[in-house]
Amino acid sequence: MNDTIIKVSNIVTRFGTNVIHDGINLSVRRGEIYGLLGGSGSGKSTLLKQMIMLLRPESGEITLLGHNLMSISRNDAASLRHYWGVLFQGGALYSSLTVAENVGIKLREYTELPENMIEELVQMKIKMVGLPPTAATLYPAELSGGMIKRAALARALAMDPQLLFLDEPTSGLDPIGAEAFDNLLIELRDILGLTVVMVTHDLDSIWTIVDRFAVLGEKKVIAEGTLKEVLHASHPIVQQFFGGSRGQIRSRDGK
Amino acid sequence: MQSTQSQQAKIEKLHDLNEDNTVRLKSSGDWTIDTLHDAAEMLTEMTSTYRNVPILWDVSATGRVDSAGMLLFIRSFDALKANQCSVDVVGATSEHEKIYQLVRRYAFGHREAKPALFSRLLMPFNRIGRRFVAFLTDLKDFLAFTGENFINLLLAIVHPRTIRFGAIVKNIEEAGVRAMPIVALTSFLIGVVIAYQGAVQLEKFGANIFIVDMIALSVTRELSPLITAIVVAGRTGSSYTAQLGVMKITEEIDAMRTMGFDPHRFLVLPRIFALIIALPLMIFFADIIGIGAGMFISHIHLNLSYPEFIHRLQKVLAVKHVWVGIGKGPFFAWLIATVGCFRGFQVSKNTESIGRYTTISVVNAIFLVIACDALFSVVFTELGI
Repeated sequence: MNDTIIKVSNIVTRFGTNVIHDGINLSVRRGEIYGLLGGSGSGKSTLLKQMIMLLRPESGEITLLGHNLMSISRNDAASLRHYWGVLFQGGALYSSLTVAENVGIKLREYTELPENMIEELVQMKIKMVGLPPTAATLYPAELSGGMIKRAALARALAMDPQLLFLDEPTSGLDPIGAEAFDNLLIELRDILGLTVVMVTHDLDSIWTIVDRFAVLGEKKVIAEGTLKEVLHASHPIVQQFFGGSRGQIRSRDGK
Repeated sequence: MQSTQSQQAKIEKLHDLNEDNTVRLKSSGDWTIDTLHDAAEMLTEMTSTYRNVPILWDVSATGRVDSAGMLLFIRSFDALKANQCSVDVVGATSEHEKIYQLVRRYAFGHREAKPALFSRLLMPFNRIGRRFVAFLTDLKDFLAFTGENFINLLLAIVHPRTIRFGAIVKNIEEAGVRAMPIVALTSFLIGVVIAYQGAVQLEKFGANIFIVDMIALSVTRELSPLITAIVVAGRTGSSYTAQLGVMKITEEIDAMRTMGFDPHRFLVLPRIFALIIALPLMIFFADIIGIGAGMFISHIHLNLSYPEFIHRLQKVLAVKHVWVGIGKGPFFAWLIATVGCFRGFQVSKNTESIGRYTTISVVNAIFLVIACDALFSVVFTELGI
C-alpha cells in the first residue's frame, strides 16, 4: 500500500515578483495522513490549492493519482473533482443551502441513488462528524464555528472520497472537538483507506495523527518524513518549530 | 480510484438447488456510490417480496464496498429482518466487517416523517403570521435605530468637535459629486419627456407659451426632487447598506464598538449629514438641467426661442416653487440614508443576506420617498403653498 498517489516536483510559484515556492518536492503515499506545516505565509495553503487545481504553479509538476495536473484533460479533471473531498479553512458551506443540502449536493449531482438513500447517507455523515441530527435543517449562518467545520467535513466525506484535502481542519475547534475530529480521521483512514493531505498548525495533530509531513520554509521543503525523522533534521526553522515552548511541552510529555 | 474501472454492483437470486425453501442471494461487483443504482432498485423490490423465509446471502464475490454500499446492505438486511426473514450472511471479508461496524454505528434508525396534512394546510397562515410579526419587529428595530441615531445627533450638536467632518466631505463626494452625471442624464431625459408630452397637447390650443409654466413648475416642485431621490436611493442607499453589511460580516463594527467608537457617530451620522447636504444641491442641479432640456425641446418642437422662454420663466417661476422642491431634499435624504444604514446593520453573518438587505433597502427607500412626497403634496396644497 506504499505507492505514491501525489507527487509534487520542482514547483515554482510567484505572485508578481514575490516568490512563494522555489522548487518544492514532496510525495504522499496511499493511505497515509500527510501534513503540510510551516509558518504563516510559507505557502502551505497555496500548495494545497495547487494540488486541488484552484491555482496553477508557474513551473514544475504535480501528479495526482497518475494524472499530471499540468496537462490534465477536461474529463480527467472533472472525474478527479467528483471524487476527492476538500475541506476549506472557513468551511465554505453554501450559505443558501441547509447543512443537509450542503452535504448531499454532490450525491444529488453526481450519483443516481434514490432520494431516500441520499437522505439516509447525508444523515449518516452528519452523525459521523458529531453533529446533532437537528443541525441538518439549519443554514450555515445559524451554526457555530466548530459546527461549520464539522458540516464542511461531512460535505467533504459525502462521496466517500479516497483522497481528502483539509485546510487547517482543527483550527477553531475546542480541544475535545479537535480530538474527536482526529479520531474520526484515523478511523476513516483505517477503514476506508482514505489518504489525507492536511495543512495544519496544530502541534497536537502532528503528534497524534499525522503519519508523515513536510515542513515548508524559505520557499522550499526543509524537512519531510515521519515525526522522528523530521525532529532529527537540524534545520533552524524545524528546531524553532518544535523547540518552542509549545513544542517542548509536548515532547516532555513523551508522546 | 477513478482510473480503475469499477464494476456495477449486482444482486441476484440463485436458483434453488436443494429443495428447502431457502432463498439464496448473491451479491457481486463493487458496491460503491456510483455503481449502486441498479442494485438499490432490485433490493427495494426484493425486500418487499420476501416474508418469513430463511435467506442465505453470499457476499463473497463483492469487491470494494464504501459507506453508501454498506448502508444499502444494512437497510436491506434490516428490512428483511423486519419481515421475519432469517438472514445469514456468508463470505464477508474483514474489510467488509470493519465498514459494517462503522456504518452501523452512525446509520440512522428512523427518518423524520413529513408534517401531517393538517399542519401543511395551516402553513400559509403560519407564514402570514410570521411575516406580520417580522414586520412589527422590523418597525420596532427601525424606531430604536432612529432613536439611537437621534440621541447621537443631539450629542454631536452638543459636542460639535466629535462630528467627523472628514467623513462627511468624503461621503458628499461619493454620494453627491460622483452621482452628478447620472442625475444630469435622468433629469435631462425627464425634461425632454415633459416638453414633448406637453407640446403635443398645448399645440392643439395654440397655447405654446404655457409649456414654460408646465415645465418650470412640474420640474422644480415635483419631478426633479423625486427623480433625484430615486436615483440616489438606488445608487447611494444601496451602497450604504452594502458597505455597512460587509463591515458587519467582517466584524469591523464589533471591533469599533470594543474600541469605543460608536458606529452611529462614525458611520451613520456622517452618511446622513452628507446626504442631507448633497441631495438638495443635487435637486437644484437637476432643476437647471431639467428646465434646460425643456427649453431645448420647446425651441426645436414649438419654435419657442430661448429669450422668449427665459422671459416667461422669470414671470411664472416664483422662487417659492424652487424652495418647495429643494426643501423636500433633506427629508428624502434622511429617509434614504437612515433606511440604508438601518438595513446595513441588519445584515446577519452570511454573505447572502447582504444582497437581500440591499434590495430591501432600495425598495424601502424608494417607497418611503414616494410616500413622503405624496404627504408633502397634500400638506402644501392644504397650506396653499
